[in-house]
Amino acid sequence: MFENLSYLTLQHYWWAVVSLLGAILVFMLFVQGGQTLIYTLGKTDLQRKIIINALGRKWDLTFTTLVTFGGAAFASFPLFYATSFGGAYWVWMLILFAFIFQAVSYEYRSKPNNFLGSRTYETFLFINGLLGTILIGTAVGTFFTGSEFSINNMNSSTWETPYRGLELAFNFMRYGTFVNLSLGLTVFFLSRVLASMYFINSIDDTAILMRAKKQLMTNAIPFLAFFLFFLASIIIIDGFAYNPISGKVSLEAHKYLYNLWEMPAVGIIFLTGVVAVIFGIIKGYFYFEKCGDKAIWITGGGTILTVFALFLIAGFNNTCFYPSTYDLQSSLTIQNASSSNYTLVAMSYVSLIVPFVIAYIWYAWSALNKKKITEDEMEKDTHAY
Amino acid sequence: MENFDLALVDWSRAQFALTAMYHWIFVPLTLGTSFIVAIMMSLYVRTGDELWKKITKFWMTLFGINFAIGVATGIILEFEFGTNWSNYSWFVGDIFGAPLAIEGILAFFLESTFIAILFFGWGRVSKKFHLLSAWLVAIGSNLSALWILVANAWMQNPVGMIFNPDTARNEMNNFWDVLFSPTAINKFLHTITSAYVLSAIFVVGVSAWFLLKNRRVIFAKKSMLIGAVFGLLSAIFMLMTGDESARTVFRDQPMKFAAMEGLYNGEQNAPLVVVGFMQRAPTVENPKRADFAFKIEIPNLLSYMAALDPNAFVPGINDLVRGNEEYGIVSYYERIKQGKIAITALGNYKNAKEAGDKNLASIELEKFRANFKYFGYGYYNNPYNIVPNVPVTFYAFHTMVGLGTLFFLLFIVIIYFLFKKDIHKARWLNYIALWAIPLAYIAQQAGWIVAEFGRQPWVVQDLMPTLSAVSNIDHKSVITTFVIFAITFTTLLIAEIKIMLAQIVKESKIKED
Ligand code: HDD
Ligand code: HEM
Ligand code: HEM
Repeated sequence: MFENLSYLTLQHYWWAVVSLLGAILVFMLFVQGGQTLIYTLGKTDLQRKIIINALGRKWDLTFTTLVTFGGAAFASFPLFYATSFGGAYWVWMLILFAFIFQAVSYEYRSKPNNFLGSRTYETFLFINGLLGTILIGTAVGTFFTGSEFSINNMNSSTWETPYRGLELAFNFMRYGTFVNLSLGLTVFFLSRVLASMYFINSIDDTAILMRAKKQLMTNAIPFLAFFLFFLASIIIIDGFAYNPISGKVSLEAHKYLYNLWEMPAVGIIFLTGVVAVIFGIIKGYFYFEKCGDKAIWITGGGTILTVFALFLIAGFNNTCFYPSTYDLQSSLTIQNASSSNYTLVAMSYVSLIVPFVIAYIWYAWSALNKKKITEDEMEKDTHAY
Repeated sequence: MENFDLALVDWSRAQFALTAMYHWIFVPLTLGTSFIVAIMMSLYVRTGDELWKKITKFWMTLFGINFAIGVATGIILEFEFGTNWSNYSWFVGDIFGAPLAIEGILAFFLESTFIAILFFGWGRVSKKFHLLSAWLVAIGSNLSALWILVANAWMQNPVGMIFNPDTARNEMNNFWDVLFSPTAINKFLHTITSAYVLSAIFVVGVSAWFLLKNRRVIFAKKSMLIGAVFGLLSAIFMLMTGDESARTVFRDQPMKFAAMEGLYNGEQNAPLVVVGFMQRAPTVENPKRADFAFKIEIPNLLSYMAALDPNAFVPGINDLVRGNEEYGIVSYYERIKQGKIAITALGNYKNAKEAGDKNLASIELEKFRANFKYFGYGYYNNPYNIVPNVPVTFYAFHTMVGLGTLFFLLFIVIIYFLFKKDIHKARWLNYIALWAIPLAYIAQQAGWIVAEFGRQPWVVQDLMPTLSAVSNIDHKSVITTFVIFAITFTTLLIAEIKIMLAQIVKESKIKED
């Protein structure tokens, strides 16, 4: 069935799949957000243990989503994978280090004779929560603001600054940096909002819940502020457009705004997403008693829709999803960066499995979360973190 | 060649080797213990015997400790293809990326979803669902091995693809060829069975320690029985698939095969060197230097192993480099010539196309296609630079095979003692079992050294040399990350071992049975 689709349609399909994975990843970053709240919400050892265990059942899923996002990007847009990872070396390395430490921290934190001490592992979790969210958000910001690289006629790429991607977050001489960082901070605060909602959903402990409710609002405000700044920026700035016939790239005023307009479906997804995010926050805070524990699904669903739409406006409608500010013509599009037709077809068949994957994840998640986590359980459970 | 920053190449190689070898400390134990835990849990669910439950939980705890660090070391590899081998990532991404993506979708999600149920499901989900989760974790982890090994096998034996001169990359044209290439099948089967052997030895060895300490004797014996039977079955398949792997290497990577055997001059009725000490390892410039100071050989066996025919000719390193008309071997000199023609033709083709000269473009393209087979050789001038490090490959291979035979025998003896004698009293045997644990890890690493060192200098056999695969970075960045990785992983490894030992000691001190 996929054989009959045009190459261009397949490229769009795969950009949508990668976008969806990216969107799910941002939602799943609530684990990271939660890791920055361990000491804010947990005032006793037992409370912290409850929080860490609530997160500990989910961290591997977030991690796997990140890995799969990388794998899918590699398989469908290898030139992006080669250019970005090989170019923005230090940004990606920092992200990876943050995740390496996370992976052992849950399992090792409370085990006897753990060499580094529980506090160190908790610090790892905090760093992962802080750096992981901010840097991933910042990296996605560059989809709109561009990076400095060039690509030669053999498709071999060169990063044109010695800072290897760090300039994207720390070069305060250009406006783009602020845009990137604002997305990074948006993701950071959003992850804390979502984490608060997740705790409300899955923990049964009054003290933690009351603090989580407070954090929900404390983080929602800066989240909204940074998000608005980011949104206003990408509406104002010039976008990177390309001509599908000549393949030439040029700057176009308000390109991203037009993308929302010219692709009404995407525009609707975006607006629905934003409304859902805000609606979930309101429900979670003001109707806390009644339906606070449902907020995660509303805001979470909204997050997925919003991020999905953001990725789509970065890649669809003749837009360069990975622009180069050094050499406009080196910018990557879903057409020039993609795998061959054959590979995209083969991979598309594999993608049919994704709904089943989501279904069993859902099933397993609800099976585990049927009972809320309590103090009592923490004291009994043999495999508590 | 002069254009390549060799320090960059070497440090990138070192970093990949470091991270992959660290990952490989943990992965084999995951691959096997996931099944062993599932078997134990099945016994618990079937018999309802509390002892089996305790046994399951104990090995599961060790599994969890190991799994976490396996994941920590794995993520970096996934992205390292991009960060450090970006030219490679473009050149082969069309083929190589797919298995990595499929691995994530098909295997990692299965593993990470059901592992949460495995660890936290006690009392939360039904016994049956819990057991199913245990099996799904095992299947998931082994599926992840499948896809990554398919990717690796493709680098050793690139099939199912065609080079597209316009995009300057290899493009897949047959997915099934990639998936079912004999290299991929053997690699997968040999790797997982050898991983089961390592896990079995781990279980047997730790149980032997319990026996040596006179603690929890029944607990230990039951664990040991599961480990030994699982191990023996796996060892048989490991030997068979290892043997078959050698034949695929002989067919597709004759240079690696010659290096594995330390064979400089090819011969018919080639003998197999069982044990050998290389005399001042022969250098590539002086390949004729007497190669072995001492060796024990079995006549004809090497020819038989390579081609199932005692009279078969096995080419040595010199035959491959200088060519051998009698056996139709194209010399490396000739290949270098052809490779250079291909590289030049590709450049000319691109220029002609840009200039709009269709005629010239098609002539150059034809020339390119005719010589593409040896494309990668064109990056070299001296054929002796295309020979892997022989002593390293030789010793690694012989270490692996020697240990493999030893493990096979060990399982037989242990099973014999479990059934016919009192293994508790055979302290010598328990000591051997305990010491086999580090040996199993050595055998694993040795195996990968054979596979990966032995294929140097190719990243993709005959097509892409390692030195043209690297990212364009300054080598100082790579040195920095190398050092950080070395410190990080070593620290985590120490933590892992300490935690693991503490759990083992803790378990052994529990009083009842
Ligand atoms: C416990 C570990 C272990 C043991 C005892 C053995 N192997 Fe092995 N071997 C591996 C673990 C391993 C491995 C780590 O899994 C490798 C590395 C790459 C691969 O494909 O599997 C491997 C590779 C490997 C290769 C190279 C494949 C390639 O280059 O692509 C050959 C020819 C053999 N093995 C053959 C054998 C034989 C004949 C054995 C008989 C005793 C044996 N191995 C025992
Ligand atoms: C986990 C087990 C593995 C181990 C222990 C291992 C070991 C090594 C070592 C020692 C090197 C350095 C060789 C040299 O430069 O001399 C290397 C290089 C490399 N390996 Fe592996 N490897 C493993 C699995 C894989 C797999 C599964 C893949 C691909 C899917 C792979 C891809 C590569 C690449 C791309 C390089 C760098 C280029 C090169 O040096 O040829 N490795 N590996
Ligand atoms: C060099 C190439 C390799 C890459 C890129 C790679 C990538 C990864 C990644 C990203 C993870 C973490 C997955 C998660 O989120 O759960 C992981 C874990 C794992 N990998 Fe690898 N891996 C490589 C080599 C291998 C090999 C050669 C095998 C098996 C033969 C293997 C088997 C596994 C397994 C079973 C796990 C689960 C965790 C664990 O084993 O402790 N990997 N790998």
